[in-house]
Amino acid sequence: MKKWKYLTMTAVMGSALMLGACGSDNSTQNGNNTETNAPASSGQDAADEKLQGSVAGDGSSTVAPIIEAVVEEYAGAQPDVKVSVGVSGTGGGFEKFIAGETDFSNASRYIKDEEKAKLEEAGIAFTELALAYDGLSVVVNPENDWAKDLTVEQLKQIWIEDGKEKKWSDIDPSWPAEKIVFYSPGTDSGTYDYFDEVILDGADLVSSATLSEDDNMLVQGVAGDKNAIGFFGYAYYLENKDKLNIVKVNGVEPTNETIETGKYSPLSRPLFTYVKNSAIKDNAAAYDFVKFTLENSGDMAEAVGYVRLPEEKYAEGLKTLEGLK
Amino acid sequence: MRYMDDSVVMKRMTKRITFNKVWKTLFFLATTFALVMLAILLYRIVTQGIDYLNFDFLTNFASRFADKAGIKAALVGSLWLMGVVAPVSIILGVGTAIYLEEYAKKNRLNDFIRMNISNLAGVPSIVFGLLGLTIFVRMMELGKSILAAGFTMSLLILPVIIVAAQEAIRAVPSEQREASYGMGATKWQTILRVVLPAAIPGILTGSILALSRAIGETAPLVVIGIPVILQFLPDNLLSQFTALPMQIYDWAKRPQEAFQYVAAAGILVLMTVLLLMNSIAIFIRNKFQKRY
Repeated sequence: MKKWKYLTMTAVMGSALMLGACGSDNSTQNGNNTETNAPASSGQDAADEKLQGSVAGDGSSTVAPIIEAVVEEYAGAQPDVKVSVGVSGTGGGFEKFIAGETDFSNASRYIKDEEKAKLEEAGIAFTELALAYDGLSVVVNPENDWAKDLTVEQLKQIWIEDGKEKKWSDIDPSWPAEKIVFYSPGTDSGTYDYFDEVILDGADLVSSATLSEDDNMLVQGVAGDKNAIGFFGYAYYLENKDKLNIVKVNGVEPTNETIETGKYSPLSRPLFTYVKNSAIKDNAAAYDFVKFTLENSGDMAEAVGYVRLPEEKYAEGLKTLEGLK
Repeated sequence: MRYMDDSVVMKRMTKRITFNKVWKTLFFLATTFALVMLAILLYRIVTQGIDYLNFDFLTNFASRFADKAGIKAALVGSLWLMGVVAPVSIILGVGTAIYLEEYAKKNRLNDFIRMNISNLAGVPSIVFGLLGLTIFVRMMELGKSILAAGFTMSLLILPVIIVAAQEAIRAVPSEQREASYGMGATKWQTILRVVLPAAIPGILTGSILALSRAIGETAPLVVIGIPVILQFLPDNLLSQFTALPMQIYDWAKRPQEAFQYVAAAGILVLMTVLLLMNSIAIFIRNKFQKRY
């Protein structure tokens, strides 16, 4: 009987130690793997320059699908470069960028002055690179047959916080006297900031709005309520066309063409990545990854439901990048 | 002597019996409610995710194509994370429990410590995330590594392990300790050879259940800022990594409907890991539990 107890005791202690050791075990194994890979790649070194190193990024969930596609492709081209990208939202991404934890930060809006100031304080020089266009799409329920075309002024009237309960009839007397239900991306997202700045001139967004970092929640919310209105990235509208009605803004509907030409104004917006200059200069892997991103983000953006920039914009970005090296 | 009036008794009896039945049904419904919910949840997840769950799903990295997307990085990352959390939390937790139960004198200070361990168990996980971000990620400069996340998760489940281990140690009858002392054993010998072996089943069950909580916990990882887009496996404790719940959350947020099913497949993997861990806990409990 005692033996059993001993056994279990040693088993526990052993397993605790094992688990600890397991970590190092794995690491040596993996270490071996990379070592066995290394000669192979160094053999090709002269041919297509296999790089090693790591690159870290974070930021906008709107930009994330493009970056994920780029990272996936890049893993094929440079398997030994470890690219890791978080999805903390544009604001959350900048916070980590300021803390010096990331080499690049994806954003679905321009950098704010306060973020610029903090970066300056931290001594981090950065460069803005555009990756693609997104048409911020305003959507309503398919049963909503009145709000098909809104002016910017009307949008402002709908979304601004004025301390009163809002009905559709307040915007246009011919519309139903029903309470408007609001769905908006969360305050950490660049989408929220962009909409707030462009449509509301920075005034407060209506406080009764349901905020969610998960855009699918917004889609479901608007699809489930006749009096709902919401906004989010173009890709989410494209994927849910059958459940939602798109609202024209100043008579223009967001399409690939109207977004690219900027006719869908003011809600067509560029998507960016902000890169740390010193990372580009000192880290060959970071330079190579960002270059790869600029070369491929047009195709990748289209593949995941965004709109590519005109070719010369990418060329311009690449030129800026060369200048940083 | 007065005879009982049957009719009066029966009149009250029916009322009491129905009263009893009503409560019994209520309690039964309360029990089945949880089960029904679990069944609905399982049914939904399985029907959604089963199509995407295959061997490739376990061996592929994440992808922009739903049918090529895999959970390899997250699964391996979660296992690495457990590799840190298990030893750190069990060694610290059991150590604390031994101190509190066997060595600590009963005084104000120790009562204060005990009370606060219970308080710690009730602190929301996101608070531990903030603590981890400030101390491990930024102050100790561990970065968003396995080690930093592992320490944070260990702190999160430490109180649970301490309390479980304390209960287990307390359940060992004092006669056993006294017998051991009577044979001339020292305190340490007694703890090592009498108390711990008897308390092991309870300690292990509690620890494994706590670990399964850690493997499904998302909030601390979100706060620390664990990346979700990566195409490599960690190779040491300071590597960047991603974990199962993070990957599932990322998929569930995607615009494409197919990714909702991929997320469901990810949930199936996570639940399988959880069920495995829980059944190990139950197995250990049944196999080694002894009542005194």
